[in-house]
Amino acid sequence: MAEGTPLLKVTIDNITVQVPAGTTILNAARKIGGDVAPPAMCYYSKLEGSGGKCRTCLVEVSKGSEKDPRPMPKLVASCRTTVMDGMEVKNITSSKVIDARQGVVEFLLINHPLDCPICDQAGECDLQDLSYSHGKEASRYEFEKRIFHKIDLGDKIQLHMTRCILCYRCVFAAEQLTEQREHGVLDRGEHAQIATYIEKNLQHDFIGNVIDVCPVGALTDKTFRFKNRVWFTKPVDAHRNCTKCCGEVRLWMRGDEVFRVTARRDEWGEVKEASNGKTGWICNECRFDKKQVNDWVIEGPTHINRHSVISQGHYETLQKPQEFLPDLMHREPRLIMDIHDVSEVNRTNIDLSEIKGPAHSTDFNK
Amino acid sequence: MSKKLLLEKAHVEGIRFYDVYRREGGYNSVEKTLKTLSPEAVVEEVKKSGLRGRGGAGFPTGMKWSFIAKPEGVPRHLVCNADESEPGTFKDRYLMEFLPHLLIEGLIVSSYALGSNDTYIYIRGEYAWIVDILEQAIEEAKANGWLGKNILGSSFNCNIHVQRGAGAYICGEETALIESLEGKRGNPRIKPPFPAIKGLWERPTVVNNVETLAAIVPIINMGGEEYAKIGVGRSTGTKLISACGNINKPGVYEIDMTISVEEFIYSEEYCGGIANGKKLKACIPGGSSVPILPANLLLKTAKGETRYMNYESLSDGGFATGSMMGSGGFIVLDEDQCVVKHTYTLARFYHHESCGQCSPCREGTIWLDKLLYKLEHGQGKLSDIDLLWDVQRRIEGNTICPLGDAAAWPVAAAIRHFRDEFEWHVNNPQESQIKNFGLAHYADAIQPITV
Repeated sequence: MAEGTPLLKVTIDNITVQVPAGTTILNAARKIGGDVAPPAMCYYSKLEGSGGKCRTCLVEVSKGSEKDPRPMPKLVASCRTTVMDGMEVKNITSSKVIDARQGVVEFLLINHPLDCPICDQAGECDLQDLSYSHGKEASRYEFEKRIFHKIDLGDKIQLHMTRCILCYRCVFAAEQLTEQREHGVLDRGEHAQIATYIEKNLQHDFIGNVIDVCPVGALTDKTFRFKNRVWFTKPVDAHRNCTKCCGEVRLWMRGDEVFRVTARRDEWGEVKEASNGKTGWICNECRFDKKQVNDWVIEGPTHINRHSVISQGHYETLQKPQEFLPDLMHREPRLIMDIHDVSEVNRTNIDLSEIKGPAHSTDFNK
Repeated sequence: MSKKLLLEKAHVEGIRFYDVYRREGGYNSVEKTLKTLSPEAVVEEVKKSGLRGRGGAGFPTGMKWSFIAKPEGVPRHLVCNADESEPGTFKDRYLMEFLPHLLIEGLIVSSYALGSNDTYIYIRGEYAWIVDILEQAIEEAKANGWLGKNILGSSFNCNIHVQRGAGAYICGEETALIESLEGKRGNPRIKPPFPAIKGLWERPTVVNNVETLAAIVPIINMGGEEYAKIGVGRSTGTKLISACGNINKPGVYEIDMTISVEEFIYSEEYCGGIANGKKLKACIPGGSSVPILPANLLLKTAKGETRYMNYESLSDGGFATGSMMGSGGFIVLDEDQCVVKHTYTLARFYHHESCGQCSPCREGTIWLDKLLYKLEHGQGKLSDIDLLWDVQRRIEGNTICPLGDAAAWPVAAAIRHFRDEFEWHVNNPQESQIKNFGLAHYADAIQPITV
């Protein structure tokens, strides 16, 4: 953006913010933050061309601009619509938007296996968050769900197509981070799938980033698969000298053991810029091969403020849903588990984010 | 007898070939354009004519042309959308098959107006034999100096290329068509930017329907103002209607938009009445994606006025009691047709043709399909009808391209007007498998009419 470009005024949910021309409604809303920012499943600000597909970020434009105050006739995808001066946008204040978004969540879930209990993404899954915030308690879809065969993408990445919501993020990531994209979308409609056409391994040095951009558990890290639940591991920021990438990563540790290495993410779940201003994508070597603590210089624990399950590690501030089962059943349900009863790791009195330095087994055994 | 502009010469023997076409006054509009008119003047004539896009949306063509960006040094393109895949619509096929030179002539004039030196015809894969017809016509036109460099000694160069699609309905959507033309997967693009700014290969592009481009020829020949005098109100000129279904004379008819729907169905000149002396039950007046109308609302508007075959009258009453002109695929259903089965067939079609890019359409169309399958086969519940309504409501307007709307509208209209038939299917699951619901109260009053 050139210097001295006039700022445009845009009002989202009655909060006015000034942004440079060319900003999308979604990014303007993210500037305000909080609930005003529409959820985004397919948009990824670091990937050019992404967005517009999942339709969860639909917003109502109640006033087009100062010059042309007519409202837009349809809900628009906020991730792909740029702001105009004087635009007024309704997100959570519009019942139309809430209704449409509930519809989208329902559509996304009808063919999703909802196998969160055995999914490695659970706990940091965008679809999980979205279903909690906008989903219904039950599905009205009573037909058989669509099932795909698992596709082998090599020894590091697992593709579980049944969970995929076809956000196209991994396609854009492969297109933009590697020299040659080897996977893409095959077939159309409900048969559309992410695939390599003829099964082959994805080998590029940066291909591991498709795991990070995947909003659901369709692409997971084989070196971490079924090793642990993400909320049992403690995220710490670390770095190493890497010739291929920025080397700035997040380690997911339990005790002294490094379970998983990912890129650092910002509050919107997107890969953060590295401290030298370059992109924060990490290479396969850092991601898959450096699983020893002494490979890394540890900076300290990560504060994650979005994926609450991971960051909290304690649940006393969590508002539990109202228990209606006793009222209905006239007795206490047999099985309502508190996470602390199950987990021996996350004690209520330990705030993992507040421990100085990397978590040690002694922290958990206190 | 209404005036014919496009199909006037359709029955002249050998009109498919250049010599006959030229002898019958063909290519006069190119001569007139290149010798006397500037590109801006052509656009002005089209604006004056009030011609509306014949592909379905009915957007004024002249206005569409004036939106095209004209950056220095960037080529512009005209693309002819011959991917006519809407069930019930076959007018473009007729035009291209019998009057290929009319399309070529319209394309040359339009290319001149828009400054397109490379013009493309994107034709659906199933029209394999028409590709040969068009290519033959292009060769003939080129051999006679109507295409190529310096046409008629002017500085205007134009080439027409025919590109065959692979038969996807979605590639009839203009941005998906452009993607497919570029050799990519036929996914609709997210707008903005519109094709008029960034279209084919990121260059300004106009995509027009075959019939729209063919209509440019009479507009230039007779002048925009004269053309605007035909028809009524904002529905100017003539429109091709491809009539099919339970009528005596299915086929492609050219109408001047002043005749009533009743006349169109029952008069001998057009459809010739309902086949086998049956009664009219319902009709889809503009291709499979527009709302279906029961007989009473088809012949008369909700206000009791006669409904005419034009853009305004057919959409009178909005979607509550009206429909749309659409692409002119006129599908007539007689008393023996089952609306539930019919709607299921359409839902299956849209399910099959969804590109799978955006979630409401990808997941919603399959849901509609499965629910309607249940209802049609006597396995449905009453709540399924409400669910069907809710699902279509959440698809409509929330998708990237109009395919979502096209899938939702027929379902919505069927439930809106024929809910009793849906309920009958639920309440009489066994009976519904062996006999039809027949006519309901809405079609009783209509008697066969002699015009």
